[in-house]
Amino acid sequence: MEYLPILLTFAFAAGVAGALLGIPLLIAPRRLSPVKLAPFECGKDPIAISEGRFPIKFSTVAILFIIFDIELFFLWLWAMLFRRLGWFGFVEMLVFLAILMLGYLYIWRKGGLEWE
Amino acid sequence: MIPAPPVALGALLPALIVFGTGVLVLLLDLVPPRTKDHLGGVALAGIVIALLGSISLWNHETRAFRDMVLLDNYALFFHVVICYAAALAVLLSIDYLRRNGVESGEYYALLLFSTAGMMLLASAGDLLIVFLGIELMSLSLYVLAGLFKMRLASGEASMKYFLLGAFATGFLLYGIALIYGATGSTNFDRIAAAAAARPRDTLVTIGLGLLLVGFGFKISSVPFHMWAPDVYEGAPTSVTALIATGSKAAAFAALIRVLTVALRAAQPDWSVLLWAVAAVTMTAGNVIAIAQSNLKRMLAYSSIAHVGYMLVGLVAGGVPGAGAVLFYLLAYTFTTAGAFGAILLVERSDGEAVEVGDYAGLARRHPVLAATLGLFLLSLVGIPPLAGFVGKFYLFGSAVRAGYLWLTVIGVLNSAIAAYYYLRVIVYMYMREPEGVEVRLVPSFAGGVALAIALVGIVLLGVMPAPFADLAQVAVAPLLR
Repeated sequence: MEYLPILLTFAFAAGVAGALLGIPLLIAPRRLSPVKLAPFECGKDPIAISEGRFPIKFSTVAILFIIFDIELFFLWLWAMLFRRLGWFGFVEMLVFLAILMLGYLYIWRKGGLEWE
Repeated sequence: MIPAPPVALGALLPALIVFGTGVLVLLLDLVPPRTKDHLGGVALAGIVIALLGSISLWNHETRAFRDMVLLDNYALFFHVVICYAAALAVLLSIDYLRRNGVESGEYYALLLFSTAGMMLLASAGDLLIVFLGIELMSLSLYVLAGLFKMRLASGEASMKYFLLGAFATGFLLYGIALIYGATGSTNFDRIAAAAAARPRDTLVTIGLGLLLVGFGFKISSVPFHMWAPDVYEGAPTSVTALIATGSKAAAFAALIRVLTVALRAAQPDWSVLLWAVAAVTMTAGNVIAIAQSNLKRMLAYSSIAHVGYMLVGLVAGGVPGAGAVLFYLLAYTFTTAGAFGAILLVERSDGEAVEVGDYAGLARRHPVLAATLGLFLLSLVGIPPLAGFVGKFYLFGSAVRAGYLWLTVIGVLNSAIAAYYYLRVIVYMYMREPEGVEVRLVPSFAGGVALAIALVGIVLLGVMPAPFADLAQVAVAPLLR
């Protein structure tokens, strides 16, 4: 019985998702036209199929963003407890940041930050 | 103030040395000189220092991080095996990478990170460290397998290894979760205590099954072996040597510790299960290997068969059985790394020489290499006085003494089947005329050194096995107390 709340959460999530998909299906008016059925690209006519090539740079930027995001996440927790953790925490954080900076240095020198 | 937890990095020292060398190689790659010749040397130096450090720490047991990391003799024995595998892989890589134009600092760094993961796996005292070690090891190997970016087979190997490996890791994690749910701990000793208090707990049994799926993939036992031939064939041969030896040894290290320490109470369950897996793995590996004409694929199936032999020792159990597995892994590492190394040094004008036909008449043109490859193959067959024979002798001996007669019979019959396809290569080398495209021997000093080390290893283990077998038994004895 102790798992009942988890089961309820699952049921609630499934219910909400089902309702969001199901209710429009039942009550929304459906007046289709060629324009409405066309693949959407910011209001312009589609110029290429979506499986085409795209610059991998976007993913590099995304990875960099995640790295710094997660760094910030740890820094935040550390800053909350900075005084109570004392010198031990300070040194540990420096080690963590040093390792992260090594990765940053590596990406920089390998040209990961250049757009062209 | 929050009290500072004790930090005992000493227990991680060999792995940290290897890891630190990996970071160093990455940084050295960024600064001039632009040639990459020295990076292999740096990587090798780091591995050798870790190897010597591991040997010097023998008999100095250290536990750290609330028993999550155990640096005992058992871990150190595997550190030595893994360091040898990694050192041979680096030696084989140096000229091989230059020849194929893919020299890079990342290669050595990833190889070292992977090695550090293997060492962590060997000294794991907690299921979470097992998971961490497997991930560190595998993620690096996935990338290394796809090193030849321009070859389709290499990309296929990397992709297959990654997808199936990630899937297998999922099973492993699920097993860890269920065992944690049943026993309330991920620590081996505490799992053992909790499982002994409640024998035949269904949750533990299901968890055990899921763990065996995850480990079965990493050691490539049937029915989780499908990836091995494709990955071994497509990956760069130096990486194949490491996947076939180091990663397998590391996975066995963790598997034996999990089964004999944490899940000792479930021994009746897992020994029955592994009995069947061992029999099927040996037979499938050997029978399919007969049909292979590609030498790398043949060695892949042969390595699957050898996993079957090693599982026999695990089924036999006790100090003799587990000790025999450790000894066999040492012998197998030298033999298999040597065999892949010998293949790596033979080249056709249009690429790698991996078909059996390419080796026809090799003995006449390159007698030394043919003899070396022949010796490795004979060791794989299990012909005395080479390491493979002694390893099998210990394995099957322990199985007979433990009363597993039928399993031993299957094993011996399999060794006879295996002789056919190993000896076929030797027949090609010595008794056939050269045919087709001419093959040539690539001059490589480092590769020669690697083959010499492996050759000395198999002869030494074959002629003088007792000291090493004793060390293996000393290493496993504390686990089985």
